[in-house]
Amino acid sequence: MSFAISRSASASGTARRPIRGHPRRIALVILGGGLTGLLILLPLVTVFSYALREGLDVYLRHLATPESRHAIGLTLLAAGVAVPVSTAFGLAAAWTAGKFEFPGRRLLTSVIELPLSVSPIIFGVAYLFVFGMQGVLGPWLDERGVSLAFNVPAIVLVTTMVTLPYVFREVLPLVLAQGVQEEHAAATLGAGGWQTFFRVTLPNIRWALIYGVTLCFARALGEFGAVAVVSGAVRGETNTLTLHIELLSNDRVATGAFAAASILSSIAIVTLLVKTWVESRETRRV
Amino acid sequence: MSRPRRIIPGFGLTLGSTLLVVSLAVVLPLGALVFKAAGLSWSDYWGYVSDARAIATYRVTLLAAAAATLLDLFLGLLTAWILVRYEFPGRRLLDSAIDLPFALPTAVAGIALAALTVPTGAVGALFAPFGIKIAYAFPGIVLAMSFTSLPFVVRTVQPVLADLEPALEEASSTLGAGRWATFRRVVFPEIFPALLSGAALALVRSLGEFGAVVFIAGNLPFKTEITALLTYVRMDEFDYPGAAALATVILSFALLFLVGVNFLQTRLHRRLHG
Repeated sequence: MSFAISRSASASGTARRPIRGHPRRIALVILGGGLTGLLILLPLVTVFSYALREGLDVYLRHLATPESRHAIGLTLLAAGVAVPVSTAFGLAAAWTAGKFEFPGRRLLTSVIELPLSVSPIIFGVAYLFVFGMQGVLGPWLDERGVSLAFNVPAIVLVTTMVTLPYVFREVLPLVLAQGVQEEHAAATLGAGGWQTFFRVTLPNIRWALIYGVTLCFARALGEFGAVAVVSGAVRGETNTLTLHIELLSNDRVATGAFAAASILSSIAIVTLLVKTWVESRETRRV
Repeated sequence: MSRPRRIIPGFGLTLGSTLLVVSLAVVLPLGALVFKAAGLSWSDYWGYVSDARAIATYRVTLLAAAAATLLDLFLGLLTAWILVRYEFPGRRLLDSAIDLPFALPTAVAGIALAALTVPTGAVGALFAPFGIKIAYAFPGIVLAMSFTSLPFVVRTVQPVLADLEPALEEASSTLGAGRWATFRRVVFPEIFPALLSGAALALVRSLGEFGAVVFIAGNLPFKTEITALLTYVRMDEFDYPGAAALATVILSFALLFLVGVNFLQTRLHRRLHG
């Protein structure tokens, strides 16, 4: 199965018709564009207007509290591990599933993409059944003085688990579409494996890779469900940005929650800009 | 397209490392989860999954996901249609913005949608005079789910709509069919598989949504509690067998729907590529 549908159809076969002077078309555009535009953009506007409603000073003070700074640091740490791992994994898995035919290839693809469609809560719970004290490996690790539950390593590991498919999902369709001819030519001309990868394959997939990495980064920063289960959410100790948002919104410190949310929203906007830029590069090449 | 095995290097290395990582990150934890649930006696297991509060969460989750999917179908089709067919100011901005729910953390979407739809919020204030509650009620769950799943419908329908042969519609209108008849008899059958596939993806995504929903749902047991949240609550209460049992229910539903999506996409692919 494939989830790679996030690429928009930029090269359209039909010419787009003007709407000026066509009341029916204008009505459809206002209805569809208005509803979708509001549904998607209003939450974004809300985040920034609530974050800044008590002024820039208060906004910056909320971001500078020790708890906020700790949450930002921990979130960056988790993403700092999750993104490189997902990138290396995504490239290796896309190479295997995209360049070779073997039995179980489709099943492997589905299993890799499973975290995209199963509630992250399930992965948090499943993680604790491996590394928690009631898990299959937890007691064994505990005897050796290692704890991987309700602490920082747990947050880092579970974030990596849930964000693993993002680079793979964006890169695979391009690897498949590219086929194997260029790699064949490279291999025939005597190029080694790494040389082929860096000189032939990577330039072909780099735009999808850039978007995949950006999206993975955004998802790693914003991971909530799985992290909520395994963190123990100790304020100032195991609190990521999203957990910090939850605590603040429970405390009714809404401005603080929205200040933290504004950081994550800005990253999301950057992600969309990268995607738009990447797509314009792809269309120009075609 | 044939992918010969031997000429291109790196098969052993990449397959080996992929299998290793997938085993550790996906197969081991999910295996441990099923193992944990399998340790329960059948009557205990049944007790956990058929408890009245659990049943209520299935109803809330399934009904909200179904309603969100219907909303996404309508809005997604309309949006894909105007994006592909018409040139209007702001089209490119709208096209780029469609993917926002993929990039925006679900917890952020949740608090923002909740702030908008409480009775004092910008949108909630419009509905409050009619006694309609959105945030901390069922409609809030539907709203959160349709926000996070909308891109699936738009992005599945968009390319199919763009590839549609304009000559077909011209022929239809030349033969005297009205706009509605042309849409219903010519366009709709062509995009139906894509629409169905997008809807299935949106449904799977809605069933699995957690972050956006918990901030807006109110989370009242029996009323606005989703299954994923009850699993979290059981975990929080150190009721590990209960959490394991509920988690297997969610996992089975997700797998069931994924197999369905897979089936639909294979048929869609066959239909498009002969």
